[in-house]
Amino acid sequence: MFHIDSMKLLLGFIVLWPLAGFLINGLGRKYRSKKAIASYACSLIFASFVVSVFAFFKVNSNGGEVIHYFDFIRVGSLHIPFEFQVDQLTCIFLLIITGVGLLIHVYSAAYMKEESQEHYGRYFSFLNLFIFFMLILVLGANYVIMFIGWEGVGLCSYLLIGYWFKNNEYNKAANKAFIMNRIGDLAFLIALFWLVNKLGTVSFSEVFQAQNLQRLSSGDITIITLLLFVGAAGKSAQIPLYTWLPDAMAGPTPVSALIHAATMVTAGIYMVARSNALYSLSSLSMNVVAITGLATAILAATIALKQNDIKKVLAYSTVSQLGYMFLALGVGAYSAGVFHVMTHAFFKALLFLAAGSVIHAMGGEQDIRNMGGLSKKIRITFITFLVGCIAISGIPPFSGFFSKDAILLAAFEHNKILYAVALFGALLTAYYMFRLFFLTFSGSFRGKPEQEQHLHESPPRMTVPLIILAILSLVGGFVGIPAVLMNGGDRLSAFLSPVIPIQTGETVSHSTELALMGISTLAVIITIVIAWLNFRHYRMKEEKGFGKILENKWYVDELYEQVIVRPIAWMGNFFSSIFERSVVDGMVNGVGRAVQYGSRQLRLLQSGQVGSYVLLMVVSILVIFIIQFFLRK
Amino acid sequence: MGAMPVNYYIFLSLALFCIGIVGVLTRRNAIIIFMCIELMLNAVNLLLVAFSKMHHLKNMAVDATAGTDGQLFVFFIMVVAAAEVSVGLAIIVMMYRNTHSVDVNFLNRLKH
Repeated sequence: MFHIDSMKLLLGFIVLWPLAGFLINGLGRKYRSKKAIASYACSLIFASFVVSVFAFFKVNSNGGEVIHYFDFIRVGSLHIPFEFQVDQLTCIFLLIITGVGLLIHVYSAAYMKEESQEHYGRYFSFLNLFIFFMLILVLGANYVIMFIGWEGVGLCSYLLIGYWFKNNEYNKAANKAFIMNRIGDLAFLIALFWLVNKLGTVSFSEVFQAQNLQRLSSGDITIITLLLFVGAAGKSAQIPLYTWLPDAMAGPTPVSALIHAATMVTAGIYMVARSNALYSLSSLSMNVVAITGLATAILAATIALKQNDIKKVLAYSTVSQLGYMFLALGVGAYSAGVFHVMTHAFFKALLFLAAGSVIHAMGGEQDIRNMGGLSKKIRITFITFLVGCIAISGIPPFSGFFSKDAILLAAFEHNKILYAVALFGALLTAYYMFRLFFLTFSGSFRGKPEQEQHLHESPPRMTVPLIILAILSLVGGFVGIPAVLMNGGDRLSAFLSPVIPIQTGETVSHSTELALMGISTLAVIITIVIAWLNFRHYRMKEEKGFGKILENKWYVDELYEQVIVRPIAWMGNFFSSIFERSVVDGMVNGVGRAVQYGSRQLRLLQSGQVGSYVLLMVVSILVIFIIQFFLRK
Repeated sequence: MGAMPVNYYIFLSLALFCIGIVGVLTRRNAIIIFMCIELMLNAVNLLLVAFSKMHHLKNMAVDATAGTDGQLFVFFIMVVAAAEVSVGLAIIVMMYRNTHSVDVNFLNRLKH
């Protein structure tokens, strides 16, 4: 059936189906029923998912390949083809994007059902467009194609954060996300130009060739990798560009789950993992990545301790987990980072969707101080949320344990201090997640009575994705189970080895590895017990002292406001009101006025007296003669 | 003619031309201005003829027709000038009919 060039066809279908969904739903949103819109969107993503599974098996047996579609840019010596590269790393992302994307589409169909038909169509068309661009991002065989997807997902993120565009706060959040991403994108672009300048190519297969890497000086590599990392930090919400992600929670909850937890924000990790050949050559960049990641992980975790909006806690948790992934990349454990991307996609999508279910049950309430005691009322959501919390906290055998443990182990091998701080962050994670959990589900209900009346479990279209994701969160970690626990373990690293070479440095002994696992598990369990003691019966109280600083997110937004936004706004104001008005307008109006004045004077010459014209003519001719004969020499 | 140096012609022509200019500049009567323009035109014609004759005398031995084209030119100019005079005089006649004057300063209406 696919005998011509089956991979070419497969990848084309993977990408084109979501695009078709975007066009059908986007253009026909006024004429199609909500049911039709949802079924089209979901079935097209499902088709994409099925093809991705095919592609996965093909890659598993035949290895990766690069497929040429057409020439994208051909200028002088610069040649950028439109190519897709499908290999082990891409496959994992393909499955995450289409698989989790499918579940979230199904969930959205029920979650968004109160929207009017036109907006419903708009929502699904954006969601499909997002999947399309995300697939382009991970399939692109060179940095330019990746950049197309990179910009595209940024656009969709903007559109979906500002989905409820009648609320101006949401529009501002969308703008914030877009503008902060622009900073990163600019760095990405510069890195791209740098590569073109130095190597004349941006294709992964060519850039990562050994002889091409040797042509780059170590300074070049450091600059390129650092610039790429700034790009990744923008997209993946790392210090100092992380503040857009919590605000991005303005979008609908499934959007937060899909874009701002499971897929788009991991694009930065994908990019760094993809560029591992470059990063491995610059220890400075690696250290920057690791330290930035760890700092972000800790900072976001501390903020999450005191947030009261259910989605904000999850958002900061996402930032924190992304920090862990960058820590893994920075210590050279690329496959551990990708592993955590995968497990995180499962449990964070689960947590967000469960949070959406909670919000749905509460009738739009997002403040966990007004929740409590929901465990009896919404049983499925409660259990799945618990699974998500355990998974993210890292208790075996849930998926988060294995991926987080792989990162912690890599950090331990690299540097003991990094390990200690990362472990501390992991405890914070367990603490704030279970604070969230206990505040939401245990104790007694603290909301309004009418909300209590309204409490109900979500429809199956929402709970089924939750259950599937909960199962994935439970078993998803087994693909990367470490060798120490099972014979033939580390299967993920082995699978990824064609793309990400396995590190062959000094490794810790098995007993140390087991001890580390025991320590982290024990510490996490103790932390959860502390959280249980503290938040089992929550009473609302005013935060003060350090807690207040944390509640206000270390005042980072205020700092940015003062240090960056205000001066720029002041400058803009200065330029618009003073510079523009006096200098630019002055110049333009001055020219106009000079011409007007001059012509008013010149007009007097046109007296209508023929004699004066002739006189002028004669005088001018005389002058020309004089110049011609006497002066021009 | 061969004895007379070309300078004389030049001076005469220059004098005629200057008279013409001064006449155009100072007089207001359209007919006189017109005559002065003719004077200037003919000063130039005279110059053309004088130079062409000079040219002819100098290069006769090499080329029998040298310099004759300048004189031919003068005929053309005369024909065109005659045509121009007829048009110009017609305009002046029309002007007199309309304004009962041939004063050029009277004709500054186009300004407004």
